[in-house]
Amino acid sequence: MSAISRDDVAHLASLARIELTEQELNDYAGQLDVILTAVASISEVAADDIPPTTHAVPVVNVFRDDVVTPSLDRDSVLDHAPAAEDGRFRVPRILDEE
Amino acid sequence: MSDLIHASAVELAAQIANKTVSAVEVTQAHLDRIAEVDGRVNAFLHVDADGALEQARGVDHAVASGQALSPLAGVPLALKDVLTQTGVPTTAGSKILEGWRPPYDATVVERLRDAGVVILGKTNMDEFAMGSSTENSAYGPTHNPWDLDRIPGGSSGGSAAAVSAYEAPLAIGTDTGGSIRQPAAVTGIVGAKPTYGAVSRYGLVAFSSSLDQAGPFARTVVDTALLHSVIAGHDPRDSTSIKEPVPDVVGAALSADVLNMRIGVVRELSGEGYQPGVQARFDEAVELLRAQGAEIVEISCPSFTYALGAYYLIAPSECSSNLARFDAMRFGLRTDDNGELSAEDVMRHTRAAGFGPEVKRRIILGTYALSSGYYDAYYGQAQKVRTLITRDFEAAWASVDVLISPTTPTEPFRIGERVNDPVAMYKADLCTLPSSLYGGPAISVPIGLGDENLPVGLQVMAPVMADDQVYRVAGAVEKALAQQWGGLLLDQAVAL
Repeated sequence: MSAISRDDVAHLASLARIELTEQELNDYAGQLDVILTAVASISEVAADDIPPTTHAVPVVNVFRDDVVTPSLDRDSVLDHAPAAEDGRFRVPRILDEE
Repeated sequence: MSDLIHASAVELAAQIANKTVSAVEVTQAHLDRIAEVDGRVNAFLHVDADGALEQARGVDHAVASGQALSPLAGVPLALKDVLTQTGVPTTAGSKILEGWRPPYDATVVERLRDAGVVILGKTNMDEFAMGSSTENSAYGPTHNPWDLDRIPGGSSGGSAAAVSAYEAPLAIGTDTGGSIRQPAAVTGIVGAKPTYGAVSRYGLVAFSSSLDQAGPFARTVVDTALLHSVIAGHDPRDSTSIKEPVPDVVGAALSADVLNMRIGVVRELSGEGYQPGVQARFDEAVELLRAQGAEIVEISCPSFTYALGAYYLIAPSECSSNLARFDAMRFGLRTDDNGELSAEDVMRHTRAAGFGPEVKRRIILGTYALSSGYYDAYYGQAQKVRTLITRDFEAAWASVDVLISPTTPTEPFRIGERVNDPVAMYKADLCTLPSSLYGGPAISVPIGLGDENLPVGLQVMAPVMADDQVYRVAGAVEKALAQQWGGLLLDQAVAL
């Protein structure tokens, strides 16, 4: 049984904001199936009473004093933006015309 | 001058400090070597000759004026192109960052500068550190200096190749599932993954944040330890940075003393899939350690069998989230912004054009593993396996000080051999994944040549924050083998 279809990959690509070609959709559907089969064994081992580990070393919230410190210079950041205008990032339209 | 490229970092630093040679001469010798061989090796994506010579002049000035020097002052280094360096191109091996010159230094880079280490340039890597062969670079593969038709390992293949081709005595790599240890093993050098959190991730382009860790490469264990001690230490700019003193890795590497140490051989990291030559060199290394007074115990870590499955769900899941930042809006590539397409469509087009096949594959896989309905079965389950692997390590520490295994199941494969078989490629990381998921330190040290006359490495793994222990064992192995060989394994490579 195939776990991931071409249409599933198309949906995932849309969620991940990547435009895939017809060829890529078909290739990835097959390859992801193989990968998921290879990793499926993990479902055999860990029972419900095992807590998940999210981080290698226990992580706690880290706070610092609320003091203003220097940050990056605006011009040096905008220098490498794909497009900038009036000291801001210029982006393509995010709303429809109407 | 050619002696300069074969010298260790310790020797170079001493010669620079006592004015036998200048830092500029040392840097120039390595720039010349890069010009001579890198057309064939392709270890470097960018050589910063001007910046390196300027740093070297700064060190020479400090020497002349009698200032106190750090133990690595004036020694050249190759930097994996996944760490930011102000004004120097940083691509992470991807087209999506082509031409980007970051406006800030990574903490690792800042520490290197403070120590007077001279950064020669940025090294090739699998795109966003996803890979085990450096074939996933958007800028062409790196070639293994032992045999140019073979992979140098990955993802830090450029850094490992630079050190083994004598283009630099030191290099920085990053290790998420084995990306320092596996390249070190297959190029015949030393590479260490420090305890997770020991080295700041500030300025490290993120792949899998709960696993990513920068670390040192060198040709000797002591050089590796010196570089480790320069880059490690608490950094308030990384919230996962450990607030404890760095273990004395240099002292441990120099002592190389394993008398009465309890060393566990991991039963699950051997057998089927392991090349006979790899297994034979490993068994000989075990006997060397026994002969030096170590107590050898076989240890079973049953959950290690599931590390590959857990890793290839956790890392893609975290990468699908981390790589959302490449949105074509604030930095990096933007394509097809023609005034017609919406921001979302520009994003889709840019990510299609800027990411390579393996990165797309992992983002899609991670998006799947994190999506509702599958989260518990995949990502959630993988995190539970991570707990089981950690428990195996903790159980082992009750009876042994360190665990050992081969670093890789096989010698380096041929370029192109596994590119169309992701699962075969992933198996190159079989031995290195458990300690990545656990978070403890691990090192790879050369132990000889395998069936195909290519390098084989020994991996040493230790408890969290016991980084000194891996250097102690690696130092002992290196010392015993140097007596047999009359030098380093790398001396046996055919000159480029």
